[in-house]
Amino acid sequence: MKRISRDHKVRNFHQAKWDEPIIFELSNEGERGILVPEAEEEIVKVVGDGVSKIPESMKREKLPNLPEINQKRVLMHYLRLSQETLGGDLNIEIGQGTCTMKYNPKINEYIARMPEMTELHPLQDESTVQGILEIIYKTDLCMREISGMDQFTFQPGGGSQAIFTMASIVRKYHREHGEENQRDEIITTVYSHPSDAAAPATKGYKVITIMPDEEGYPDYEAFKNAVSERTAAFFVANPEDTGVFNPRIKEFTDLVRKAGGLNCYDQANANGLLGVTRAKEAGFDMCFFNLHKTFSTPHGCGGPGGGALGVVKELIDYLPKPIVGFKDGKYFLNYDLDKSIGKVRLFNGVPQTVLKAYAWIMSLGAEGLYEVAKVAVLNNNYLFKKLLEHKGVDAPYIRGKQRVEQVRYTLEKLAEDTGISTEDIARRVMDFGMHYWTSHHPYYVPEPITLEPTETPSKEDLDEYIITLHHIFDEAYENPEIIKNAPHRSTIHKIDESSFDDPEKWAPTWRVYLRKTKEE
Amino acid sequence: MRKIGLIVNPIAGMGGKVGLKGTDGTHILDKAIRLGAIPEAPAKTIKALEKLLPVRDRLLIVTCSGNMGQEEAENLGFQTKIVYKPKKTITDSNDTKLAAKKIKEEEVELLLFVGGDGTARDVYESVGNRQLVLGIPAGVKIHSPVYANTPEKAGELALLCVMGKNIAVREEEVVDIDEEAFRRDMVRTQLYGYLKVPVDKKFMQNKKAPTPLGEEATQKAIALDIVDHMEKEICYIIGPGTTTRAIMQALRLPYTLLGVDVVMNRKIMKKDASESDLLNYVNQYPSKLILTPTGGQGYLLGRGNQQISGDVIKKVGKENIIIVSTNSKIIELRGKPLLVYTGDKKVDEMLKGYYRVKVGYGMEVMYRVEGE
Repeated sequence: MKRISRDHKVRNFHQAKWDEPIIFELSNEGERGILVPEAEEEIVKVVGDGVSKIPESMKREKLPNLPEINQKRVLMHYLRLSQETLGGDLNIEIGQGTCTMKYNPKINEYIARMPEMTELHPLQDESTVQGILEIIYKTDLCMREISGMDQFTFQPGGGSQAIFTMASIVRKYHREHGEENQRDEIITTVYSHPSDAAAPATKGYKVITIMPDEEGYPDYEAFKNAVSERTAAFFVANPEDTGVFNPRIKEFTDLVRKAGGLNCYDQANANGLLGVTRAKEAGFDMCFFNLHKTFSTPHGCGGPGGGALGVVKELIDYLPKPIVGFKDGKYFLNYDLDKSIGKVRLFNGVPQTVLKAYAWIMSLGAEGLYEVAKVAVLNNNYLFKKLLEHKGVDAPYIRGKQRVEQVRYTLEKLAEDTGISTEDIARRVMDFGMHYWTSHHPYYVPEPITLEPTETPSKEDLDEYIITLHHIFDEAYENPEIIKNAPHRSTIHKIDESSFDDPEKWAPTWRVYLRKTKEE
Repeated sequence: MRKIGLIVNPIAGMGGKVGLKGTDGTHILDKAIRLGAIPEAPAKTIKALEKLLPVRDRLLIVTCSGNMGQEEAENLGFQTKIVYKPKKTITDSNDTKLAAKKIKEEEVELLLFVGGDGTARDVYESVGNRQLVLGIPAGVKIHSPVYANTPEKAGELALLCVMGKNIAVREEEVVDIDEEAFRRDMVRTQLYGYLKVPVDKKFMQNKKAPTPLGEEATQKAIALDIVDHMEKEICYIIGPGTTTRAIMQALRLPYTLLGVDVVMNRKIMKKDASESDLLNYVNQYPSKLILTPTGGQGYLLGRGNQQISGDVIKKVGKENIIIVSTNSKIIELRGKPLLVYTGDKKVDEMLKGYYRVKVGYGMEVMYRVEGE
């Protein structure tokens, strides 16, 4: 018998291509997947027919224009589509830097889907939901340990909403202190997440951005010149997207505090810091964690996110209502926050996400969380060292020092040598069942790639990712055409991207698609 | 039939390989030829024109006789219309200017010109910003972003223009350096004007999300911020540049793109003011000075706005300087400081330090300014 060949150094991948129509195109009039049985007479007698009580003004005149398809075809449709995606559990998910794409333990998904969770309703009486309140309360206690803050809310639905909540608290705080009009500026840094500028801007703040110094740290001299009696707050990530940690952060926060401003820490991604540094000791008044990043709950389409926002004692009263309290052996919803900014989301956020995060924290314990940070940093620096071995790759700033949990690389040299851009390479990576992300726009680092391995990948996974990137970088020098025309083995091949910028070519719904493609 | 224009500056680039840093001035050209320089431009022209071969049958190239375009175009089998004949075999800057004027009269869709910064200046002098143009790089000095990165890229962009695809138009600076100073290893650029060039939309902005604003929208946002916060009875001195021009456009006032304009209470006080005009105003009224980096290399002062002299600045005061810039210009600096050169060392020294550079509506970047 012949042995299976394992000679190829990169994966011989090919993605499914089904050329599947859009679901509306599958519709056949009268075809159906399920016939809903009419209610039995006995039931109708008690509750009515379920339709006649709907006010006439609210009744549809025409049936909704939904596709009519049989069950098997629907199933086939979505299974095919699922084969045409690149799910986090399928690929070696290192390429989406800043997003901390780690493994989501499946047992936690199972726990969150238990009827004890799914059958809860947010309007139930407190006495009947003691279990989930306890979990929210205890997750809060864990978060306090991790950050040094004094109280958390889980109301924000994600990172940007948490930043928006922080900006709302900043505004209310200065209003309470009679300085709302005077303090109209927030300061951030260029390598913090763009939402650290955008969310305060939506609250009406002027945004002042600090550029990096030669080493990639926020320029302290520039910062000193920016802080004034007009400073409302400082919003910053540390480490920033470059993976560079600012060791002088306390000097920055001290300066802001002295000037009367608040310090807000973007810890959306705190994977390299668990058990290592805390927001409190760095002089911050608020911080937030993305449960769907550092705390392992699914990301993006995998499930709802969660922004856990913590504040120091002095700011607890400003938090959105309610927060979960514990008194006389009972958990309760505390609405007694007299300076509260109000709500940023319905009820108490996404409790099943908090549940999954709690399960993850408890499965690791304090030592385990610290281990997560260490392995994530180790993985990142292994990847960093190996990628820099290629002549076309570099990473600006802090030469010779290690990075925290991610790195923003530059392919500037490779692009100069070969004419191949980072976007070209990003398309070619798909031919190996992988993916990578470049950077937020605009590109401050030219021809960027941002990679973050987290603690999840094994050394074999890391090596496969590294070998694949090296292989593609070599192709750029030896056979650039294959990259220029990539992807070749993905669901769709290279497309004309120019329409991405042209709203006339966008169809957000089926109806719009029909309108825009109608032949005259 | 689609029409494009073509001007080749046949001597462009000849100084480079013999180490002469440009061919402005006939004695330098003689020297270059004596040193064995061979023409660079024809080969580069051909590299660009080859990209247009797929539309050869539908294209008329309006050009000049001999080595100013005809030879390259006809060698590749393009149909040509000759509208200018140079009088001598060794052409000079006048030939470029006259040719550009003639070609513009033919109403071409795009005027391709082959050369360097000097050629771009000549083209600008003839057509201003009223003609879509694109440079094919062949010269020794290329500081003006009116040139494509390579001849091939210029050809590709020209092809997109001819096919009417994915093209946006942007005004880019025509800058040139003083060649005499450059030969002494001093780089002094000067802003001469703006040419209208095509840009492939694909390279213009974020392909995944439409949020980052284009250059023009950013300039508008900056202008609205300035206009919304203009104070009464303050004299605003508006320096040259397209970003500052957007302020004048937002105010619906007449302006000069390369000159300095003076505005007070939303009315124009003086268009294209001289140094003495400016001194006159700043001595009478409290004033603010609005500047944007021009002329490449991040110069705020000293590259085409000499009217704003040391004396004017001393009177205005450092705290009344407002710097505006699109983010893309800040990114292009790669961390290098913005520069000032007023000719007055004390003033340059006084101007050093960190400034808030306005990069959008309510958006500022802290940035360093240094003397030359």
